[in-house]
Amino acid sequence: MVASSSSLKLQDLIQEIREAKTQAQEREVIQKECAHIRASFRDGDPLHRHRQLAKLLYVHMLGYPAHFGQMECLKLIASPRFTDKRVGYLGAMLLLDERQDAHLLITNSIKNDLSQGIQAVQGLALCTLSATGSAEMCRDLATEVEKLLLQPSAYVRKKAVLTAVHMIRKVPELSNIFLPPCAQLLHEHHHGVLLGTIMLITELCERSPAALKHFRKMVPQLVHILRTLVTTGYSTEHSISGVSDPFLQVQILRLLRILGRNHEESSETMNDLLAQVATNTDTSRNAGNAVLFETVLTIMDIRSAAGLRVLAVNILGRFLLNSDRNIRYVALTSLLRLVQSDHSAVQRHRPTVVECLREPDGSLSRRALELSLALVNSSNVRAMTQELQGFLESCPPDLQADCASGILLAAERFAPTKRWHIDTTLRVLMTAGTHVRDDAVANLTQLIGGAQELHAYSVRRLYSALAEDISQQPLVQVAAWCIGEYGDLLLEGSCEETEPLQVEEEEVLALLERVLQSHMSLPATRGYALTALMKLSTRLRGDNKAAILEKIPLVERGGSQADEEAKESKETAQLSEAAPVPTEPQASKLLDLLDLLDGPSGDAQHPPPLDPTPGGALIHLLNLPCAPPPPAPIPNLKVFEREGLQLNLSFVRPPGTRTLLLITVTATNTSGGDVTHFICQAAVPKSFQLQLQAPSGDTVPAQGGLPTTQLLRILNPKKAPLRLKLRLTYNHFGQSVQEIFEVNNLPVETWQ
Amino acid sequence: MQFMLLFSRQGKLRLQKWYVPLSDKEKKKITRELVQTVLARKPKMCSFLEWRDLKIVYKRYASLYFCCAIEDQDNELITLEIIHRYVELLDKYFGSVCELDIIFNFEKAYFILDEFLLGGEVQETSKKNVLKAIEQADLLQEKTEHVSARVSLGVRKRTRICAGVLTCIKM
Repeated sequence: MVASSSSLKLQDLIQEIREAKTQAQEREVIQKECAHIRASFRDGDPLHRHRQLAKLLYVHMLGYPAHFGQMECLKLIASPRFTDKRVGYLGAMLLLDERQDAHLLITNSIKNDLSQGIQAVQGLALCTLSATGSAEMCRDLATEVEKLLLQPSAYVRKKAVLTAVHMIRKVPELSNIFLPPCAQLLHEHHHGVLLGTIMLITELCERSPAALKHFRKMVPQLVHILRTLVTTGYSTEHSISGVSDPFLQVQILRLLRILGRNHEESSETMNDLLAQVATNTDTSRNAGNAVLFETVLTIMDIRSAAGLRVLAVNILGRFLLNSDRNIRYVALTSLLRLVQSDHSAVQRHRPTVVECLREPDGSLSRRALELSLALVNSSNVRAMTQELQGFLESCPPDLQADCASGILLAAERFAPTKRWHIDTTLRVLMTAGTHVRDDAVANLTQLIGGAQELHAYSVRRLYSALAEDISQQPLVQVAAWCIGEYGDLLLEGSCEETEPLQVEEEEVLALLERVLQSHMSLPATRGYALTALMKLSTRLRGDNKAAILEKIPLVERGGSQADEEAKESKETAQLSEAAPVPTEPQASKLLDLLDLLDGPSGDAQHPPPLDPTPGGALIHLLNLPCAPPPPAPIPNLKVFEREGLQLNLSFVRPPGTRTLLLITVTATNTSGGDVTHFICQAAVPKSFQLQLQAPSGDTVPAQGGLPTTQLLRILNPKKAPLRLKLRLTYNHFGQSVQEIFEVNNLPVETWQ
Repeated sequence: MQFMLLFSRQGKLRLQKWYVPLSDKEKKKITRELVQTVLARKPKMCSFLEWRDLKIVYKRYASLYFCCAIEDQDNELITLEIIHRYVELLDKYFGSVCELDIIFNFEKAYFILDEFLLGGEVQETSKKNVLKAIEQADLLQEKTEHVSARVSLGVRKRTRICAGVLTCIKM
């Protein structure tokens, strides 16, 4: 229903807006009303101006523009009528902020209102000043506020004190004005004024060491105030659930914390009181627990007696058992902060902490995880790891990575035996393989490699694990590596530490082949499997060498130069056939490409020649009568973009070599986070030769820092259409990323 | 406290009190994101969450979420008390308050808040004193207007969304 032509009362407007059935209808109602409001501001009855502004403020809360009301706020504030001031100041707090020019114009009005003597009006002025007062306004009005600190009315004093707090936050130099009155104000009986005073002193002390020193003298007085508060009988007016003015208690405790920090004498003065509050506060309701919590924070932060510290930690331990999960939350957070400084005290609560791992609330279980990991030490590592493994199996996915790394780290630091370490790592890989960090595989292979006595054990366990599940990549990689290294141990004899396992050569090979061909296997994993098969071909006896060689899909050289080359060429020498050199694991993404680019017939059986097809086509081209066209610059190609990381390719066909293409891959990063462990690999069709040179670095710095470059040399003897596939792996914003894609729109000039 | 927001379960803003200087655009962005985050919380989760570099304390009373942003050194548990005290004040003033009261009398909600908190800090710990101050201000307003502030509640539907808001919420 559309509004009538006359202006509405506030509540009628609200009603009408709520009755609008669509956004469009609502907009219509509001626009119409705003037109009325505008008109009324221009030449309407000043008596009703406050109603118009109130309507505008409502509309503003719904998200509609209301800037044309700013000047009205000023007019209303300047009006002598209380109703006008009330709405005007509210409008000022909602519509005006420091950034607007209009803001300063209220300074004068505020000044007048502060000194005109009606409490309610002074209150409005102080409220607005403390909510939105700019530094300039604070400077202008500081002395006015200072005067009000001595006003007879407690109502005004309490507001003046808090306004002073705001002023000091905005203009720290004003501390000079507001420090002196504090001594007097500390004698206040009015809770509100006293509370404000404590906050003021807190603010002063936090900003100035001189003030801190000055106020330390008042520690005995503060202790007295708090003690009186705590021991005085039940006062309904200020109590919550039987706890005397918890707001005031908490604030005093916080001030005591600041005063007692690093100060032996002050800490001692407050020791008894803190013990008293810690033991006598009623903990059945939140109010009491709030005070207790603040007490604990204070005890832990000052130079308190050892006994008191233990008491505090025990309170936190009790909090962990509280049925209120908010209490458990603050306990976990606090214990985490204390775990370094008071390790043994916190250790005593380890069982309860571990219980909290089972919390359904993610933010609690996360904290419990952090705390649990911090509590692992050499004496509890077995038990804790057991608990954490259990947690890993059922925890929410976003915690799995942290839990897995945490367990692995703890295992590294505190492993009682190598076998336990291997077992633990294995279990983590089996449970949460996809979430472990990149170096987990390398670490485990190193660990196993270095434990000669456990080779047989390891290979058996890994073989069994692999036979069960070939989907967890890190596990598969380690298992493949291990089988390759110690396959002979797997096949021969038995190992005391595991179940007797009779494994035949064919089974092992079949398993590795399954890995090789599984669509779940990453290129790196295939590489591991491939290498393992190769190794086995030299280690296994029997005459299935030919069969093994048949199985290996021979690939072209495509990986980055690595030290594995030497090892591999040594191994290749042992192969009687002149097979081309397969590269170390990272290069085998070519296998992917082979699947893609080969015809329907799987070409794995036919080893393609490595050397370019001799004679023929190449010479033919060179003999062409017409001169080769001058190399025109080939346009760059942007091939990849993700979250600020960009990859560009630039192409050069060096004159004189018609078959050579040089591609420079440039990685730039305009995001706010560095890209690390950046690896770019490439694959090309079989007839091409690809050489990747070492990249300029593996970190692409954020904010458009120095780009990383890498040169690819591609020989295209057959002048076949170029196809290029890229595989990127890197870490960005704490996530590991892998992208595999084919480059589209390669300019024809790159291969023609 | 940096700011306090009141919003409905549909994410409609019912009150916004900012104690830090921010542009309108920034306020809208913060409001939008925070409302989304809080509304996504499941009922059994705790009242605290970390958001940007702030601590957020929120509590739901009937159909309204009360949400405060506090700083690192502030006590979360006492903030819950602050929220509860504010709800009690509203309840006393409106007589068994419900969301509609706050919608149709939003200025009053602000006035009450401004008698309880000042500059983001608690100014008065006595419920009685806060209510007395409001009463006096209302009287002053009446005198200048010759119209009772309470009477102008006017024509509006008053549906009890939750009778006795406070009795069903246990602290």
